[in-house]
Amino acid sequence: MARRISTTHRVTATAAGWLVGFLIFFPILWMVLTSFKTELDAFSTPPQFLFFHWTTENYAIVQERSNYLHHAMNSIILAFGSTAVALVVAIPAAWSMAFAPTKRTRDTLLWMLSTKMMPPVGVLVPIYLLFRDGGLLDTHIGLIMVEFLANLPIVVWMLYTYFKEIPKDILEAARMDGATIGKELIFVLAPMAVPGIASTVLLNVILAWNEAFWTLNLTTVDAAPLTTFIASYSSPEGLFWAKLSAASTLAIAPILVLGWFSQKQLVRGLTFGAVK
Amino acid sequence: MATQQTRTLGRVLLAPSVILLFLWMIVPLGMTIWFSLLRYNLLDPGTESFVGLLNYQYFLTDPAFFAALANTLILVGSVLAITVIGGILIALLMDQPIFGRGIVRLMVIAPFFVMPTVSALVWKNLLMHPVSGLFAWVAGLLGLPAIDWFTNWPLLSIILIVAWQWLPFATLILLTALQSFDEEQKEAAEMDGTPAISFFFLLVLPHLARAITVVILIETIFLLSVFAEILVTTGGGPGLATTNIAFLVYAQALLQYDVGGASAGGIVAVVLANIVAIFLVRLVGKNLDA
Amino acid sequence: MGKIELVGVEKAFGNVHVIRNVHLQVEDGEFVVFVGPSGCGKSTLLRLIAGLEDTTGGKILIDGTDVSDTPPAKRGLSMVFQSYALYPHMSVRSNIGFGLRMAGMPKEERNRKVEAAAQVLNLTPYLDRRPGQLSGGQRQRVAIGRAIVREPKAFLFDEPLSNLDAALRVNMRLEIARLQDTLGTTAIYVTHDQIEAMTLADKIVVLSAGQIEQVGSPLELYDHPANLFVAGFIGSPKMNFVTGQAAAARGAATIGVRPEHIAGSRTDGEWAGTVTVAEHVGSDTFLYVAVPGIGDITMRAVGEFALKPGESVYLTPDPDRIHRFDAEGQAMLAAR
Repeated sequence: MARRISTTHRVTATAAGWLVGFLIFFPILWMVLTSFKTELDAFSTPPQFLFFHWTTENYAIVQERSNYLHHAMNSIILAFGSTAVALVVAIPAAWSMAFAPTKRTRDTLLWMLSTKMMPPVGVLVPIYLLFRDGGLLDTHIGLIMVEFLANLPIVVWMLYTYFKEIPKDILEAARMDGATIGKELIFVLAPMAVPGIASTVLLNVILAWNEAFWTLNLTTVDAAPLTTFIASYSSPEGLFWAKLSAASTLAIAPILVLGWFSQKQLVRGLTFGAVK
Repeated sequence: MATQQTRTLGRVLLAPSVILLFLWMIVPLGMTIWFSLLRYNLLDPGTESFVGLLNYQYFLTDPAFFAALANTLILVGSVLAITVIGGILIALLMDQPIFGRGIVRLMVIAPFFVMPTVSALVWKNLLMHPVSGLFAWVAGLLGLPAIDWFTNWPLLSIILIVAWQWLPFATLILLTALQSFDEEQKEAAEMDGTPAISFFFLLVLPHLARAITVVILIETIFLLSVFAEILVTTGGGPGLATTNIAFLVYAQALLQYDVGGASAGGIVAVVLANIVAIFLVRLVGKNLDA
Repeated sequence: MGKIELVGVEKAFGNVHVIRNVHLQVEDGEFVVFVGPSGCGKSTLLRLIAGLEDTTGGKILIDGTDVSDTPPAKRGLSMVFQSYALYPHMSVRSNIGFGLRMAGMPKEERNRKVEAAAQVLNLTPYLDRRPGQLSGGQRQRVAIGRAIVREPKAFLFDEPLSNLDAALRVNMRLEIARLQDTLGTTAIYVTHDQIEAMTLADKIVVLSAGQIEQVGSPLELYDHPANLFVAGFIGSPKMNFVTGQAAAARGAATIGVRPEHIAGSRTDGEWAGTVTVAEHVGSDTFLYVAVPGIGDITMRAVGEFALKPGESVYLTPDPDRIHRFDAEGQAMLAAR
């Protein structure tokens, strides 16, 4: 690793890298800045970059007028609820495929992945009608179910790849030590798989948090998460940029932080192991 | 491998996932296919009747369908081109000795974690607004007329937004692949005096081929279903200028209440996605054995 | 008590038969070693006894009870794995005590037993460390501790020493032998290393291609190998096999003679040959000799035997120590 790198090379690369990074990040940065402006400043030409009147009033207004917390809570319930259900169903399945594989395991796994590739519009109509007739429209339970099923293949897949890395010997040792399968899962497999399970949870929460097809189509108010709430700002009435920015900043901030911690898992989870 | 007991248990534990996914797939899909053969309008309940392939005939001969199909293909193709080429360039840059690379990397990846409705609205209003948007101001600085993005270039605007969202994904995956490039191969090429351009085309690009394929396939799957960005910015318009298949099906079903026609459109979307999915599944399957 | 019986045990994976019709009796307190080349089925046989695989046919009895359908947890056996298979997220104490915990033993009693086991294995100072912080030898001892603390009917060892370096391996071998002797617990030990087999076993089971070739005490196998396979497998360096004229003269298809049962001389002897390689290791001298009409013969002389490659040497096999085999490779009755 003792490659010579010239200073010029380093300086050029650093300058170019920061410029590109800045440009790509700029829309987010701009949004955050705008969220601290008055609506008048937000709209002004030429734009105000840093020397404007900083205010946090937008954040207060967003909560006051539109019950931001209600939607944030819905996002949390939805993202974590669907992830929890997915884990309960997927952990046994992943155990089964990793430690008791059969000839069909590989095909089962690929079939599960292929369900993820089905476009949601293909089933929008029946799901919508079933939800309407079953009273599930705009309910937490209905949306959790949909998000859970939509992400189940990825959860099973990720857990499977993590479980595969745990030596079979250790589970067998537990079996010799008198552990039943249940105890083996709880005392040995689960603690060893904690990092993998955590990564899976992380990615799934991010995906569920940002999912916008089902949430937009199946929720309106009661169960509407932030994706739907933000969409309500699309109507072009009045001065609302600063408030839109404030609401948006709040909506993406937690997930942006989580996302930054999950870069590796992202590659693993979204490429189905095809890129290492 | 293992005992009969564990195998039996394995089947029992796998069953819930398989059954649930099967139901999630087959029941709605079956219903979609069935609806697509009916005359079925939500405004006219109780008048459902079997019409065979008539819905497909309407849907496939509807000029809106061709507009939507064209928009879908243009959208997917352009975003793929931008993200793959941009992704390669940025990945190559990120692989350089950048001071503070970790932070740059975070900035580059960030857009991927922004929910679609947020990115669409922020771009539409804060950046692309013809009067007060930042782009208009930049154009003004350069002495150019401001562009009314969503009036004059609606599809391009959508493409830019979606590309911005997916560029980090392509970059991240290509960078991961790039970092697995053998350091000694680099050094050997350096010893041979290989010029940078040939080094890239003869060694780096082939090494990235697999990752590029994966990026293309996975992005295609998701891009075929772009929906929220269109819903909150243009609502498919002006006219049909930004209506893709996904949006067309949505509009048919939930705005015009034509369940039969929307179902036929849904099936068309499924067929399109499956063409891509087949390749992706085969690629993943091959990797699973390795 | 720990008497284990295998009655016509079979194991097949699909169409591949890895264990065929194995009959074996392991007495209580006996140290039995399964030995054979890799792929002979010895580990599979051990896993069948453990219950980690199920049999395709036959019966496994522990203390007279058929356990063929009993899950591993209920067989009362403990196992030491090649990879040690320690629980990485638990302390040494919890690792050793895990089996007792699963059995629902109260904490104080558990701790007492774990500490007693740690005492025996010199692990007391490490009880609160994680396996990742231990050396290979220490991990090995934890694995053994986990096995003994449950006071099982029998220990099963699956190549437990193969991940240790040579010096440590000898130490651990002695330790295992001493421990088993003290505890008097039945042990079944799988290895591909015949030195381990010879030094540890009360009884050796030589396996090849899923079948038992011979069962016997180490010296029985050494002195009276039942067939060519066992003759060639037990003993180091390997037994010399001679076919043709020299064998026929003794009424056999093949005769075998161990390197240590050949006398060497500079002046006269039965077979005249030329030294091709000479290894002088001080305590012994190993000569590789090309004998025209006979083949390549290895001989071992005690102490130094100063011959160099290219020099001629005369070899005389000890007539009482010549093993005779028939055309099927089976041993014939004692030498003439």
